[in-house]
Amino acid sequence: MPDNRLGRVTLQVIAAFMALTLLVAGPVYAQTPSGSNPTAQAVNEQQLLDELQKIEGRVTLPNTAAGLLEQPQGRDYRSFHEGWLPWIGGIAITGILLLLALFYLYRGRIRTLAPESSVKILRFGALERLTHWMTATAFIILAITGLNFIFGKRLLMPLIGADAFSTWSIWAKYAHDFVSWAFMLGILVMLVTWAWDNLPDRHDAHWLRVGGGFFDKTNRTHPPAGRFNTGQKLIFWAVVLGGIALSVSGIFMLFPFAFTDINGMQTAQYVHATVGIILIAVIIAHIYIGTLGMEGAYEAMGSGTVDINWAKEHHSAWVERQQAKGAIPPRSAAEPAE
Amino acid sequence: MARMKFLCDADRCIECNACVTACKNEHDVPWGINRRRVVTINDGKPGERSVSMACMHCTDAPCAAVCPVDCFYTTADAVVLHSKDLCIGCGYCFYACPFGAPQYPRVGNFGSRGKMDKCTFCAAGPEGDSTEVEYAKYGANRLAEGKLPLCAEMCSTKSLLAGDGEIIAAIYKERVTQRGYGSGAWGWQTAYRETIDV
Repeated sequence: MPDNRLGRVTLQVIAAFMALTLLVAGPVYAQTPSGSNPTAQAVNEQQLLDELQKIEGRVTLPNTAAGLLEQPQGRDYRSFHEGWLPWIGGIAITGILLLLALFYLYRGRIRTLAPESSVKILRFGALERLTHWMTATAFIILAITGLNFIFGKRLLMPLIGADAFSTWSIWAKYAHDFVSWAFMLGILVMLVTWAWDNLPDRHDAHWLRVGGGFFDKTNRTHPPAGRFNTGQKLIFWAVVLGGIALSVSGIFMLFPFAFTDINGMQTAQYVHATVGIILIAVIIAHIYIGTLGMEGAYEAMGSGTVDINWAKEHHSAWVERQQAKGAIPPRSAAEPAE
Repeated sequence: MARMKFLCDADRCIECNACVTACKNEHDVPWGINRRRVVTINDGKPGERSVSMACMHCTDAPCAAVCPVDCFYTTADAVVLHSKDLCIGCGYCFYACPFGAPQYPRVGNFGSRGKMDKCTFCAAGPEGDSTEVEYAKYGANRLAEGKLPLCAEMCSTKSLLAGDGEIIAAIYKERVTQRGYGSGAWGWQTAYRETIDV
């Protein structure tokens, strides 16, 4: 029946038209409370931040890391960098200086009891001294240029002006980046050469119990010690472990984003700055006791040799062992000429 | 003075990247540096949204706070700018920026990044307005010419809005009321510690 067929087609056209109208008018329903909401499935900023702590997506740039849309952790980084860090640094460094000043007032310079003998014994060989001074020089440069990142704008910039301070800071940054390699090498060589002598031994417990004799004003307390006493061992392990932490976190920063993402970079800075500050405080104490704080201590690392009477007082077990090995003159020969 | 802000209406962004291209062209931005980028979240899934992001010119900007040489400054229009003469390229601002805005030319050894570059809200830098030296370092200074940022000006869907915070918030608010939905002003809570109530 042609009539019927025509009627059916007409109906289909009308139905299709109505469906199309509905489709086009769809979004209008969004305005009504009962209608569909085109944003019902849409991503929500706050929800993403609550669930994932940061918002990431896709970018069409070659730098895929740019897909990180928001990282509110930058705020934590800022509060550490500008809130905690200057305080940690300020307290640690002025604190150690104050403690050392108090100690100096209390104890004065630690003198060697026995008179100087004519016998000098080798304490640190050429390689050991070279390593020490290379690492020490590098560390001082790194410490000054590193502290510049925290305190420079607070202390130095008001004095020399923004332009001069920027120029200095650029060179300080280059120095920090390049000198770091000498420091890292030094730490590795130190670990290899001195780790064995810095393992705990039977003298440590007693040394710690008497506080290394540091607080005996009569200067009569000289606990026996091997090549390194417990205090030196603590310095050594602080330098080596702290140095490794600084090296690893530093390499992360020397090659930004090569090994980690933004939060990893922030953590690297937290570690680097905190360990750096603590190590600077430790090294200030080390410099004090190695120079001003104790008579005869500087010679060990300066010329490499020490007076045998000094060695007997401070490293009795080491002297005995060296004498037994025949590495230094035996007891009788080492007695000072009366 | 106005308090300049960006607002990306994610329900309108079609990820055409015209804002990115406009920015690069207007300021002659070198290769590898993107002052503005479009990030697509949940790409290809239902509810996908694209957000055009650049420096948001934060209130109490974290980049300025962590800068070790204090090279940042905020203009009377609350635009966060910096001096490339003072910048040492340390990268701290990138770690502090919640939006990944700071960019670096990446030259040199051991993390030497060169002078930082970022969106200037088309307000360039500390050099004299619309000078050649200013253009070479920071790009065009449209604000000095009484114009708004080009990225937003030429956004085809008017998804990206730039201008006085109160005005663009009112525009967005009106839109949301009229069409009945809106996924909010992306980044505002983080950047300005306030959002638009609709």
